[in-house]
Amino acid sequence: MKPMGTVATLLRIFPYAKKALPRVILGTIAALGAHLFALTIPQFLRNLVNGLQDHGTVEKLVPAVLAVLALGICEAGFVLLRRWLVLTPGTHVEAGLRRTLYAKLQELPVSFHDKWPSGQLLSRATGDLSLIRRWLSFGLVLFVANAITIAVGLAILFTYNWLLGLIFFVSSIPIWVRGFKFEKNYHSIARLSQDQAGDLATSVEESVHGIRVLKALGRGDFASAKFARDAAELRGTEVKKANLIADIWIYLILVPEFAVGASMLVGVWLVSQGQMTVGALVAFFATTTVLRWPTESVGFLLSMTLDAKTAITRFFEVLDAPIEIDDPENPKTISEPKGRLEFKNVSFKYPDAPAEAAPLLDGVNLTLEPGESVALIGITGSGKTTLTALSTRLYEVTGGAIELDGIDIRDLSREELRRHMAMAFEDATLFSASVRDNVLLGRPEATEAELAQALEIAQAQFVYDLPEGLDTKIGEEGLSLSGGQRQRLALARAVAAKPSVLILDDPLSALDVDTEAMVEDALRTVLTATTALIVAHRPSTVQLADRVALLENGRITAVGKHSDLLATNAHYRHVIASLDEEKEAIR
Amino acid sequence: MSMQGVQDEEKIDLTKVEAKRLRARSMRLLLSLVRPVRRRLILSFSTVILSQAFRVVGPALIAYGIDQALPLAVKGDYIALWYTVGAYLLAATATAGLTYFFISYAAKINQDVILDLRQRVFVHTQKLSLEFHEKYTSGRVIARQTSDLDSIKELLDTGGNEMIAGLLYMIFTGVALVLLDASSFAVMLVSLVPLYFLTRWFQKQTRINYRKTRVASARLIVHFVETMTGIRAVKAFRKDTRNNAEYAGLVEDYRAVNAKVIQLFGIYDPGLILIGNLTVAGVLMIDGLRVIDGALGFGVLTAAILYAKRFFDPMEGMAMFYNAFQSSASALEKISGVLEEEPSVPEPVNPVPFKEHSGHIEFDDVEFHYSNGKTILPNFNLDIPGGQTVALVGTTGAGKSTLAKLISRFYDPTVGSVRIDGVDLREVANEDLRRAVVMVTQEAYLFSGTVADNIALGRPGASQSEIEDAARAVGVHEFIESLPDGYNTDVNKRGGRVSAGQRQLISFARAFIADPAVLILDEATASLDIPSERAVQNALRTLLAGRTAIIIAHRLSTVSIADRVLVMEHGQIIEDDTPAALIAGTGKFAKMHKAWRESLA
Ligand SMILES: Nc1ncnc2c1ncn2[C@@H]1O[C@H](COP(=O)(O)OP(=O)(O)O)[C@@H](O)[C@H]1O
Ligand SMILES: Nc1ncnc2c1ncn2[C@@H]1O[C@H](COP(=O)(O)OP(=O)(O)O)[C@@H](O)[C@H]1O
Ligand SMILES: [Mg+2]
Ligand SMILES: [Mg+2]
Repeated sequence: MKPMGTVATLLRIFPYAKKALPRVILGTIAALGAHLFALTIPQFLRNLVNGLQDHGTVEKLVPAVLAVLALGICEAGFVLLRRWLVLTPGTHVEAGLRRTLYAKLQELPVSFHDKWPSGQLLSRATGDLSLIRRWLSFGLVLFVANAITIAVGLAILFTYNWLLGLIFFVSSIPIWVRGFKFEKNYHSIARLSQDQAGDLATSVEESVHGIRVLKALGRGDFASAKFARDAAELRGTEVKKANLIADIWIYLILVPEFAVGASMLVGVWLVSQGQMTVGALVAFFATTTVLRWPTESVGFLLSMTLDAKTAITRFFEVLDAPIEIDDPENPKTISEPKGRLEFKNVSFKYPDAPAEAAPLLDGVNLTLEPGESVALIGITGSGKTTLTALSTRLYEVTGGAIELDGIDIRDLSREELRRHMAMAFEDATLFSASVRDNVLLGRPEATEAELAQALEIAQAQFVYDLPEGLDTKIGEEGLSLSGGQRQRLALARAVAAKPSVLILDDPLSALDVDTEAMVEDALRTVLTATTALIVAHRPSTVQLADRVALLENGRITAVGKHSDLLATNAHYRHVIASLDEEKEAIR
Repeated sequence: MSMQGVQDEEKIDLTKVEAKRLRARSMRLLLSLVRPVRRRLILSFSTVILSQAFRVVGPALIAYGIDQALPLAVKGDYIALWYTVGAYLLAATATAGLTYFFISYAAKINQDVILDLRQRVFVHTQKLSLEFHEKYTSGRVIARQTSDLDSIKELLDTGGNEMIAGLLYMIFTGVALVLLDASSFAVMLVSLVPLYFLTRWFQKQTRINYRKTRVASARLIVHFVETMTGIRAVKAFRKDTRNNAEYAGLVEDYRAVNAKVIQLFGIYDPGLILIGNLTVAGVLMIDGLRVIDGALGFGVLTAAILYAKRFFDPMEGMAMFYNAFQSSASALEKISGVLEEEPSVPEPVNPVPFKEHSGHIEFDDVEFHYSNGKTILPNFNLDIPGGQTVALVGTTGAGKSTLAKLISRFYDPTVGSVRIDGVDLREVANEDLRRAVVMVTQEAYLFSGTVADNIALGRPGASQSEIEDAARAVGVHEFIESLPDGYNTDVNKRGGRVSAGQRQLISFARAFIADPAVLILDEATASLDIPSERAVQNALRTLLAGRTAIIIAHRLSTVSIADRVLVMEHGQIIEDDTPAALIAGTGKFAKMHKAWRESLA
């Protein structure tokens, strides 16, 4: 992607800020108003000083002071108005962006999530978005208002005396030049620092999710050392960033001050020559004081703007990512699901696999008739899990087609497809929610009886003994469960969804022999009516299925009954039945 | 005691005592962070003092220019004017130079403080026991280390410098004004009264609301992390639409409290401006009267007004700092809470030397329950001689994993002691213990980095050939070689690029390379296919020679390599003998074994 200009990038956020825009504009006007009131105060000062010079009276003083007072109140009022106008809409924009980002991330295919470290996503959803909000409701508003104020202030300086005005005008040129150079240098470093912050978030996440491994191996120190290195890198970047900012500050302080010095020289000389009144000179200096803050603020407003630009770029990196697995324009529907699943010459290659490598799946042909259950066998890494993921379009086939009841799954909406198919993953993911919500994830409308039935099939009756039974909160934020317990709940979840096709990826691996036998007995009743694809490693699981399919070198090389394959297929024997050897071994 | 550690972390309305406790705790943390950099801070403050002093000279010089140099200039004497201008430029240059130095120097200090805090929190959370991590969600730990730290970073960025600079500037301006004209200063003093009340109000309001934002933001992160971690299940079960609604609710909660605090600042800031402007008007009135009386020159009037105006200039920056301070104060409350947590399995203060080990494990009258209080192991005794391979079997929930966790000291027994080679585990240094005992569990987590890095995690500094040997031993070498960059392939997050079985094999290789005296395998072969399991078992046969091993598995094939089988039920060992003897008997194990044999047919 070619880098975009700063303004073009910043403008991309505006469609998302449409609702807030009128108030942002009004806010800018209010900010400008506040500054202009502040600029008017010196005018009254001039009149006052000039008035007091020749026999001042209290009558002259009081109106002037009252005017200054009124203007001061107005200034504060306008600042209040500006903040009131822009702040709340700013938070709405931020919230909108956050929702958009989150929804988009959920839409993006699994392959996107494989690629992106989660910390990078998190840092986009948190720090980056609040940066954008601050820029929109503060940086942008003040940038515009301050720029105009400086322009108006310069004009006013000209009205006191053109020569003094000219001094200030000319002196602003080096600031502009410097500003452009700053923009160039700063922005690559801002990007680096935000990316490094994301990497750091990833380290943090991994250190927490992998805490058991780190503890078991006693590698906490090792992880800490790596983290320290990353954090030190970020520190280096931040210091560089600060040096750039310090650099521009020199100009922002020095240039206006030199202009003031020069004006003093010229101004006093002008007054001594009678070409200017003392009041005008006093007012002139008062005006430069008012202009001081807007000028100096250019530095941090500029860096804030560039930070926001980087944040916006990072935001759109996610938002522009293509949703490769999308709903068709005119989705077909299956009115009477039968559950016939057919893999037609399916091939698949992971996007990040090397170009010259052979596809992982290369011409898979397999048909599951309605109600039939097929066990999928293959050595570790042969692509069994991948095949199951393809059938619910977590990944998309790169060749061939998968059909459900004769319809290409790409012609169904994802919502419909996933309603007909339910999966139990090999690593059981539970969410922070009650047992009930976790089990009924795929069909929240199920009845209590159906829930109980699903739990029974998965032999997950242990949930009734949990402190609050079905309402016990489990998952990360709740009670911790053992691997076998989690797996049974994941199985119950797939069963409770009452799909026409059940996809079970090694569903019994964590169960002990007794429990496994009980689950198998119970599952059989479900499997008579439901089509099922069951990934299995064990002969016992294979027994559940009507037929067995052997996945080898990216293809289904044999389909048949367990006993037949055992007798005829050497690879099959290698994969599943080391029975004789094992019997040997246990003796 | 309430508010101890992360307890009651989400509580918003605190009693006086609680609030005081949190404040003291945050303050202690802050001070401990500042202490190592105090010398540099002093230098940094000194430059601020100097630069502000130079800055304050400005208006005085202008006043001098108008009141003294101007009348002289009228008379044609420009010397005084030149000096004044020269002095002004000198002061300006000094200010700019000092400011430059100060900004980059202060940034280094700030970054060092942040780095220090980051590391402290990271190291501390690594130290905290599993018990803590099981009840404190990963999302919250992440929130503490990301968004909370960011808010402290923001505080430092906004700059203690700004605060100090502002404060000094105000003091200097005040002093300059006293010297110039005391009665103007009196007006300014009066203005401090409303200032005080306004600030008090702001402080009170923000404290509660910032606390709310920290809680809301942590919830947001927890939800986000959970969704992204479980994205497959989210998609497969169409949780996305429901998630959008749920997340939108959390986003709105956060937005609402955030808007609230921003609005508070939106009142505070113009309030300050108003007070400033009223003061200017007041100074103008009083000094104007004195000018009329002839008691005051115009130059002094100008300077007084400039000073009065500038006196409030830094208020905006200071207000912003104060705002950031309030925000980070609640972040500090949370972070200091995590730091206050003590590991429930603490490192011994005076560890017993523990280098050579035979791996003799003893459970001596051990009783154990998790924090919920339900006893899992009632009065448990066990003796495993060094070098023995033990198979541990039993139904789910019998307490096998618990036993394993006690040996690897994820937990300490409630009563009694667990000893290796006669040494109570509570007296062994963590590092020594981890070298002696390694546990492989079913969850084979891979870290981002290369495959080689992940294997080497078992023994940092392992050579490439050692890594390959370990991989070969478990039969995962060929697969790794087939990856795009072989051992240097990045496994990406969560090991997304390898299948579950491969992940488990890699985690085996990781344990093998660690070469411990005691190896515990807790259902570590569950996701393996039979050929891989066979490879692992063959590897184990050679590897386990001379080591103590405890193998927990449902697949009774493991039993083949065991010297001894323990059958566990309800936290007790009900059978204990050689495999052959148990199979021949009529007990629980004989039955399990028979069932298993049938399942293979
Ligand atoms: N997200 C991914 N990106 C790239 N390669 C992957 C990904 N997931 C798995 N693989 C590779 O695809 C192969 C098949 O994996 P998988 O389908 O999980 O095997 P299994 O048959 O053990 O379930 C493995 O060799 C693995 O390296
Ligand atoms: N972290 C924990 N907190 C509370 N109870 C737990 C925890 N881990 C396990 N348990 C409980 O302890 C008992 C034994 O669990 P575990 O040792 O995992 O059994 P096994 O490994 O034999 O299946 C179970 O009843 C389980 O619910
Ligand atoms: Mg798999
Ligand atoms: Mg267990």
